[in-house]
Amino acid sequence: MTVQPTPASATPEGGHLLDLRDLHVEFRTNEGVARVLNGVSYHLDAGETLAVLGESGSGKSVTAQAIMGILDSPPAFVRSGQILYQGKDLLTRSEEQRRQVRGKEIAMIFQDALSALNPVFPVGWQIGETLRQRAGMSRADARRRAIELMDLVKIPGAAKRIGDYPHQFSGGMRQRVMIAMALALDPKVLIADEPTTALDVTVQAQIMDLLADLRRELNMAMILITHDLGVVAGVADRIAVMYAGRIVEHADVRSLYKAPAHPYTKGLLESIPRLDVRGQELSTIKGLPPNLMRIPSGCPFHPRCPYAQQVCVDEFPHDLVLGDGRTSACHFAQEVRDDSVAR
Amino acid sequence: MTASPANPTKVRGETILSVDNLVKHFPITQGVLFQRQIGAVKAVDGVSFELRRGETLGVVGESGCGKSTLARLLMRLETPTSGRATLEGKDLFKASGGALRRLRRNMQMVMQDPYTSLNPRMTVGDIIGEPFDIHPDAAPKGSKQKRVQELLDLVGLNPEHINRYPHQFSGGQRQRIGIARALALKPEVIVCDEPVSALDVSIQAQVINLLKQLQGELGLSYIFIAHDLSVVRHIADRVAVMYLGRIVEIGTEDEIYERATHPYTQALLSAVPVPDPEARDQRNMIRLVGDVPSPADPPSGCHFRTRCWKAQDICAVEDPQTVPRAADPHPSACHFAELRPTPA
Repeated sequence: MTVQPTPASATPEGGHLLDLRDLHVEFRTNEGVARVLNGVSYHLDAGETLAVLGESGSGKSVTAQAIMGILDSPPAFVRSGQILYQGKDLLTRSEEQRRQVRGKEIAMIFQDALSALNPVFPVGWQIGETLRQRAGMSRADARRRAIELMDLVKIPGAAKRIGDYPHQFSGGMRQRVMIAMALALDPKVLIADEPTTALDVTVQAQIMDLLADLRRELNMAMILITHDLGVVAGVADRIAVMYAGRIVEHADVRSLYKAPAHPYTKGLLESIPRLDVRGQELSTIKGLPPNLMRIPSGCPFHPRCPYAQQVCVDEFPHDLVLGDGRTSACHFAQEVRDDSVAR
Repeated sequence: MTASPANPTKVRGETILSVDNLVKHFPITQGVLFQRQIGAVKAVDGVSFELRRGETLGVVGESGCGKSTLARLLMRLETPTSGRATLEGKDLFKASGGALRRLRRNMQMVMQDPYTSLNPRMTVGDIIGEPFDIHPDAAPKGSKQKRVQELLDLVGLNPEHINRYPHQFSGGQRQRIGIARALALKPEVIVCDEPVSALDVSIQAQVINLLKQLQGELGLSYIFIAHDLSVVRHIADRVAVMYLGRIVEIGTEDEIYERATHPYTQALLSAVPVPDPEARDQRNMIRLVGDVPSPADPPSGCHFRTRCWKAQDICAVEDPQTVPRAADPHPSACHFAELRPTPA
């Protein structure tokens, strides 16, 4: 197989439901400018699940906020790039036009359901709020629809619990309320930002099952943002790995777990303790993620990378296309993948 | 080496900490002036186990199962409602004054959140050296600074950073500072309460490796509390599974992970996401319904029966004891304890 360097924007034209192209976002703070996103490109097709994987500070949530148009600005500024939704660039639209997309086309659920819900209103009122404001429903209709939505996300006794307040629900049930709110306007894309990180493992399994079922039933596309390699393996079709504000590897989920082609992905997969193996020593990725105000020259991963050579210090690695729609932003992508297969 | 090696006269494998029927109920009160007790949150409800010298006992369970209260009880940050615990034969809850201080020196704690468990206004040197101010008789003869630098070196930090403040360190490095502080008084037992759950995956592995390495060098015994079963399997020799204030199953790492007989343990294990997409369709996962009941009002008999697919009438009436079962000779608190059939 031949490896040919291609610029990141060379993905096939048109057709994608959501298409991010070379997105740059920076945070301008008193201490300096943090380059939080440095050319993020990914796409999402109707009905598929894309997992965006990364550690804290890799920019995975900022990307989602940019898509939703809910970046805190200042300090955040979109420097360049495009977010194409059904072929139209969201970044060039007016705030009112973006509001029409938000919720109705693209909806989002957040990690911490307790702080995302308003503690002084009943959950039914909060689910209905969207319907009254955006769909122009009457109070009675919104209430009826809210009960349907609560049924849809399998909250037991929905009709009885519609008047309950967020604190009366358990963590898992609150996350279901959040999902019901996100689904209120029938979105085509659901962005789930660490939806199960705050939950216990048995409840996490319930919520991930629910999300997968809903995605299928309602034929939505889903972006699942997470740091958990186990959760990704369970539900995703494709996976994009982020490091220092950039997608460093992009592949379908099976090929990626079988043979990662970026040293960062490889390091991550090797450093997780596995339930089914009791190892003696975990392999680690040395060092720390970079300070986004002082991103290393060349490849941002080179100070931590076992494959690093002089070229990695000098030259920024462009995405290498490895076939089967896989890309890896590494000068030695081929070697890394071959090593992973040999392992 | 920098710290004291394991004392050769102390036998590895003998019991160092023994906990017997430990109970902690937090009262729920009503009324402003005349408070009367209307109930109790049964955070820890009769827990017994033994910790052996040089081993790691993993304690796993979901939020609210009482694992952190257990840690706080063992550190004597809470007073138990009833029960006994002995550290090297000395009663942990009866000791006071100088005897208590000497006991406390022997048992230290590493906290979950490296961001809030270090005082932001103290330098790293002061944080790690503070135990010597509280226990002057355990302080090093001569230079305290030298000992602190040895500790920094031991946990893999640069000894020259002794005058830095916590905010100048990353999460993983802060957790190393927390570990250095716990090691300062040369304890034999360290209680780690979710020591890696606030850390990123790539940093988590570094801290786990450090804990294992220190255990080997210093002969430490760990009580390792975590909700992540994969992490616990990696570090623990024996594992206790808690549910609503009780240990429902306890055994060696192999007994719990390969031959679990309690339905809750089996469900918990099957719910852990496996980082392998090939296993997606082959796994037969046990899906529990509902949430953990409130510890203020646990179900009668077996606490797990409300979520259990095996529950019969007897489960509501009779409390199952955590005793060895016919299915596998390790203690399990289930009337119907049996091995999980392997999928054909």
